[in-house]
Amino acid sequence: MDEEIRRVLAAHGRLPVDAAGVGDGDDLFQLGLSSHASVNVMLALEDAFGIEFPEPMLRKSTFESVAAIHRALAQLLPTPAQS
Amino acid sequence: MSALPMTASAAGDAAEPQAALRARLFEAKLLYPLGVTGLYGYSATYQSILDAVDAMVTRWGTSLDAERIYFPPVIARSTFDHTNYLQSFPHLMGSVHIFTGDDREHRALLGRLEAGQDWPALLEPAEVVLSSATCHSLYPLVTGTLPAHGRYYAVRGTCFRHEPSVDPTRMQSFGMHEVVFLGEPADAQAHRDVGLAHGLELLSALGLVMEAVPANDPFFGRLGTALAVGQLEESLKMEGVTTICPGTPPTAIMSANCHRDHFGRPFAITTADGAVAHSSCVAFGVDRIAIALLQAHGLVPERWPADVIGRLWP
Repeated sequence: MDEEIRRVLAAHGRLPVDAAGVGDGDDLFQLGLSSHASVNVMLALEDAFGIEFPEPMLRKSTFESVAAIHRALAQLLPTPAQS
Repeated sequence: MSALPMTASAAGDAAEPQAALRARLFEAKLLYPLGVTGLYGYSATYQSILDAVDAMVTRWGTSLDAERIYFPPVIARSTFDHTNYLQSFPHLMGSVHIFTGDDREHRALLGRLEAGQDWPALLEPAEVVLSSATCHSLYPLVTGTLPAHGRYYAVRGTCFRHEPSVDPTRMQSFGMHEVVFLGEPADAQAHRDVGLAHGLELLSALGLVMEAVPANDPFFGRLGTALAVGQLEESLKMEGVTTICPGTPPTAIMSANCHRDHFGRPFAITTADGAVAHSSCVAFGVDRIAIALLQAHGLVPERWPADVIGRLWP
């Protein structure tokens, strides 16, 4: 999943750094993710993972790091069927 | 982010006193309804209030040696493209469309008109859009290097925001008079702060009960609230608000906005030593101020308190 998150960041985040080298916990806004680019990232994540971020997740903190995005997606993606 | 959506919260339960105020302004023939919500003609008396408020802003600008420039209600689309307004406020902007066809297409246009069909669909976008903020027109004029210590500008124009409302202070087309500074970052921040205080003082002296509040612009989209929170946290924009209709949320009648390099960068404006210029503006919503005065002091300006008259018509 993190690989796909970084791919989205690289394609839509307009980061001044290489998204592949961003640490899980690095603050993306401090790295230069603009407010508007975060909207693009949000939409691209929704397309890539086939989900929609619900209202309570529509805050900057949801998109502040790869780990934060991972946590949000983990809540939204269907959990593997339990046997 | 660019200046000033002059926001007043459009609370549903606030609509009644606002609609009542609008009805009084119509009845007194200060405003005239033009068939579309939020669009008005206005009387000579109303215009004289606008003129007096404009003159007050001009006196301030003159004291700062500001260059005065007046702008039309439309702006070059190529300029608008650099303001980032479309990114933040696509729901408020308006575009101008024109007819570029031949005889045959003209006939099709009239055919649609006569049939009550969607004739504007046959038009083409023009090279201009409606101006969303007066200061937008200024920036391409100052592309290049600023003088040492920066420069003040006093700019007046008519702006468009598509937010139809029965609240007469929320017009689709309204006057905006701004005192803009371009220069060093610290000086831009100082103009925002000092200008906010000065603007509040000017309006308080007109008998309006003013309060300064951090503003959050009505950014578009599902992340709009989050973007507004960011703006609040950084306190980039402050508004001078006053309660126009008792029992309704206060209305912003001025704002003070530090843009940092938001305009300096895309318009290639640099300080004397070659750094990207920062900008800030103090914007007066001239129509909103006029309506606030009419509501506070009565619909006949001749009967306003003598000190208010003295300040507006010195």
